[in-house]
Amino acid sequence: MSLTINGQSYEFDGDPRTSLLDYLRDGCGLTGTKKGCDHGQCGACTVLVNGQRVNSCLTLAIMQDGHAVTTIEGIGTLEAMDPLQAAFVKHDGYQCGYCTPGQICSAKAMMAEAENGWASFVTDDLEGEVVLTDEEIRERMSGNLCRCGAYSNIIDAIKEAMTQQQEAR
Amino acid sequence: MTRSLIMDKPDDRNRLDAMAQGVIGQPLDRPDGPAKVTGVAPYAAEYSIANRAEGVLVTATISAGEVTDIDEQSVLSMPGVIAVISDQRMTARAAQGGAGKAPVQQVRHVQYYGQPIAVVIAETFEQARDAAKHLKVSYRAGDAITDHHDPDIPTDPYQDPIDQGDLAHAMKQAAHAVDVTYTTECHNSAPMEPHASIAEWDGKTLTLHSSLQMLAFNRKELADSLNLELEQVRLVSPYVGGGFGSKLGISPEGVAASVAAMQLNRPVRVVMLRQQVFQCVMRRSETVQRLRLAADAEGRLIGFGHEARVSNLPEEKFGEPVTQASEFLYPGENRRLAIEIARINLVTAGSVRAPGEAVGMQALEAAMDELANAIGIDPVELRLRNIPERHPSEDIPYSSRKLIECLKIGAERFGWDGADRRPRKRREGEWWIGTGMANACRVHNINEAQARVSLLADGTAVVASDMTDIGTGTYAVLGQIAGEMLGLDSTDVLVQLGDTTFPPGSGSGGSWGAASTGSAVFEACEAIREHLAEQLGTTEAELTLKDGFAIAGNRRVALPDLLNGSAIERNGHFKPGDITKAYAAAMYGAFFAEVAVNAYTGETRMRRFSGAFGLGRVLNRKTATSQCMGGMVWGIGSALTEELTFDARDGHIVNPDLAEYHIPVNLDVPHLDVVLVEERDPAASPLQAKGVGELGICGAAGAICNAIYHACGVRVRSFPMTPDKLLAELPVP
Amino acid sequence: MRPFQYLRPDGLDHAGQQLIDGARPIAGGTNLLDLMKLEVETPDQLVDLNQLPLGGIDETDAGGLRIGALVSNSACAADPRIRRDYPVLARAILAGATFQLRNMATTGGNLCQRTRCYYFYNIDQPCNKREPGSGCGAIGGENRIHAILGASDACIATYPGDMAVALAALDATVQTETLKGGTRTVPVREFHRLPGDTPEKDNVLEDGEVIIGVVLPPPVSGKQLYRKVRDRSSYAFALVSIAAIVRMEGEAIGSASLAFGGLAHKPWHDPRIDALLAGQLPSDALFDQAADLLLEGAEGQGSNDFKIPLARRTLLAVLREATGGAA
Repeated sequence: MSLTINGQSYEFDGDPRTSLLDYLRDGCGLTGTKKGCDHGQCGACTVLVNGQRVNSCLTLAIMQDGHAVTTIEGIGTLEAMDPLQAAFVKHDGYQCGYCTPGQICSAKAMMAEAENGWASFVTDDLEGEVVLTDEEIRERMSGNLCRCGAYSNIIDAIKEAMTQQQEAR
Repeated sequence: MTRSLIMDKPDDRNRLDAMAQGVIGQPLDRPDGPAKVTGVAPYAAEYSIANRAEGVLVTATISAGEVTDIDEQSVLSMPGVIAVISDQRMTARAAQGGAGKAPVQQVRHVQYYGQPIAVVIAETFEQARDAAKHLKVSYRAGDAITDHHDPDIPTDPYQDPIDQGDLAHAMKQAAHAVDVTYTTECHNSAPMEPHASIAEWDGKTLTLHSSLQMLAFNRKELADSLNLELEQVRLVSPYVGGGFGSKLGISPEGVAASVAAMQLNRPVRVVMLRQQVFQCVMRRSETVQRLRLAADAEGRLIGFGHEARVSNLPEEKFGEPVTQASEFLYPGENRRLAIEIARINLVTAGSVRAPGEAVGMQALEAAMDELANAIGIDPVELRLRNIPERHPSEDIPYSSRKLIECLKIGAERFGWDGADRRPRKRREGEWWIGTGMANACRVHNINEAQARVSLLADGTAVVASDMTDIGTGTYAVLGQIAGEMLGLDSTDVLVQLGDTTFPPGSGSGGSWGAASTGSAVFEACEAIREHLAEQLGTTEAELTLKDGFAIAGNRRVALPDLLNGSAIERNGHFKPGDITKAYAAAMYGAFFAEVAVNAYTGETRMRRFSGAFGLGRVLNRKTATSQCMGGMVWGIGSALTEELTFDARDGHIVNPDLAEYHIPVNLDVPHLDVVLVEERDPAASPLQAKGVGELGICGAAGAICNAIYHACGVRVRSFPMTPDKLLAELPVP
Repeated sequence: MRPFQYLRPDGLDHAGQQLIDGARPIAGGTNLLDLMKLEVETPDQLVDLNQLPLGGIDETDAGGLRIGALVSNSACAADPRIRRDYPVLARAILAGATFQLRNMATTGGNLCQRTRCYYFYNIDQPCNKREPGSGCGAIGGENRIHAILGASDACIATYPGDMAVALAALDATVQTETLKGGTRTVPVREFHRLPGDTPEKDNVLEDGEVIIGVVLPPPVSGKQLYRKVRDRSSYAFALVSIAAIVRMEGEAIGSASLAFGGLAHKPWHDPRIDALLAGQLPSDALFDQAADLLLEGAEGQGSNDFKIPLARRTLLAVLREATGGAA
């Protein structure tokens, strides 16, 4: 069974019980993806699979045949941070840092979802254009718990990265 | 060489303001930030160590009694299983913060449901977890007290009560009086990183990569648990994924991993399952709090009573110090403050972010709101009228106290209107809108701390301490203190933390980290300054260090030139002395909240939330603000959602996960407006800085409670204020 | 997690054959893997359906839509036809879980979501649903999230989902492929069961039977609402939820279709409520009668007693809003 992680090809032939999360962390040494609850209740393990954000703890590595996975290590590096990563640093959108990779992967996907017109629970007009108001971002980021309570700064960081992305166009 | 300071009196020199670099207080980014946002910062479970085995704890399924048999054979034949260990060195509870010795060990003597009793070691995590669930354990059940809500459980006094004057009489004499009982439920710290350890034993030395808050203490606790010499134990925790009290003491998985590594002679990793973080680390005790407030016609307190009942396991010294801030926040010559502790068989009660004030202040501030309403005055005005001159029981002065400024600045920023506090005046669609306020107060703590500062030959500096950064910003603020003192850009200061090979810092807890370990860094820097002054032929007082240059009079020498190829290394050692008894030192603030309460369903939503805080000198405006925000989010959780629920029949936790233990999510939290009021507190530390990490929670839930009352007219005296508690009294619209 | 054999069938009949006793199908896995880690679920074989051709949302001859069993919750809620013609469904889906989970969770899987009962989730506690005959821990224990309608002495668990509540209001049908190779259709309203004395069975699926799709009837006009009351503002299961489709005819209610979540072992639909409302002028007295019907026989278990007034009040809010009344 083979899959792509951050553009690199990997072969998985381990215990079928291995979650994608454990495979990333222990099998591939990609420990940027965090295990917070192992039950889909915190979002720390959020990665992108084929461009969509998922909880990597609630899927098996063996189910990823042919899939393309992007982890925080694939979003940006110390030398070349993604604008979202830089904005999280600037706005102190974290404290302990443990939920942070998941927050950033989630935010990355959120921006794409909004561009695709996906509504959320707080969207008034299901058929209208999606405008990422503060409330929309809060709802869309509610799958990523932050016990340090950095939410307010996370919103600021995401807004800055969105503005940068819009200006870059 | 070590420079020591035992702080006996205020440090009025205000040295940091006399420095020239200008980095102190600046809202600088965290130096550890890039590693965190790119995922390369290593947390405890993330060290790749060859031949590592995996362990999973097994926990008790009875409330009290004895483990009579552990049938190892029931799992040893399972694939990959290496060993079942239920060793007398293993620990049945986490150590309390600052214990410095082994916690209760006897793992086979069960005292609460969920207590660790064994660890199963296997080649892989999946094998170990499966085997842990299969392990057959036999018990002889004993008697247990598991209903913590039972009012008839006998209690013991916790600490000596404060009794002054005649409170009962004052209540009768008072023009206005409030006698109310508030309750709070158990909380869990729920740091995002579960408790995790990897132990390595080389036959002589044990190295434990672990997620811990207070390494110098944890090292002693681990050594004591294992009967090792202190020198044989090394702890490594450069990154800690949140602690909030739950990682103050050595925790069971760390000791279990160590025992296993020593027995098996191979590295062992044990990470708590999320459920185990709930079941066997620490809870914040539930509280029952009776508040008696007696005021004269002008609203000045003449009587003040705050009595609480809390609980803990037998043998635990810790009791939730509910009345800690009540001792000095408000006047009232007739006083009674007392805490009773019930002994029950539920998971250890210990420190959870702001022990004492987190729950004590929210009840007190709600009761104060009731008093303001009874008198019919603006609750801000009630607070302003009740600021004592001296500590009401100990007759000592206060150190710097910016409560008035916080109340005024906070009210102004929020747009507080306290004129008409009658409830149910504002409705938007289905939602009742209301505002509420509360004082914030948290005692200031300092602890002994050491740090080493090296000024290298190239003119850059290295700060080293076993101090931890649990998200608090320690890396940032220690670098800024050293940068300010040594005249360096903070990017020229490397801060190394979280390793017991470094000098013992204060650890992170009780909001003391920055002021304590920061003071040790300050002392070390003063020693370096003295040396540099000598080299330059001047005095320390005349020496200016800025941008890598030493300046005195008309001389300006680059540090590398002055150092001439050799580094200077100094240790700083800070110790609290008589100062802690001479002043009532605390952090103060004010919360202002606006909520919406759904008239149909009783759901509460935060609309606005402001806090103005006086924390002494702010070392980094950005990280300090974040800490305050974090506290306010905890306040929202404590007010609205968080409750650890136990089955009264056997004391097991029914919601030991993040799906049913509701910590606030992003949508629960509005934009948080935090203002830090300028302050220097010379009695707090040589930095004039106080604690930052906990004040934001202390009273926050009270402001929300008061806003709910103002919105819909329902006074909920039971936290969390979930919809069911509002429904009973909420009129159908 | 217990060891299991991982199987990937190459066709629907093959899947049916693999779904023998002790096997479980997996699609999104968001609930099943959660439960497998706790060993609440201990399948010997895990049959991965993801390669099967069960995707897509297609128009039916009758003028409705057919949602493939493997369509993710996200894709379903994002579909323009669903947003336009079945907003109650989109809203219900968006009220559940999180974007991450909805990206994984599937239409078929979500229908099979198991209860969140605390005792079901804890293998060291009694639970008749998990281990028939072991007793019910929730009765006499903690039951804040439990059923007030249709419970039994054996089980007071609730069906926790949101999507199925909307599907019940829409009167959608579930399409399945049986082991014998035939297809069968079951109304969503009859898909989930009441616990009775066999609470281990959540729904009417038989061994080897696989959900292949959900069929929505042609769109109906009127107001479609999904109201969810929960303990935090997002990422929490419903205490009470209501899906409502209400069509007004002039001043009167032309037709109404209501379904309720969080109250029972299944999405609760009481045809008497729909019948009561139809043809009537909206009034609080009428809404009160509707609540009386809903809550006839409602029984609290202690910590969930509040659901009785909460359901009544939430219904009032929903009906006022759906009929254009003021808040």
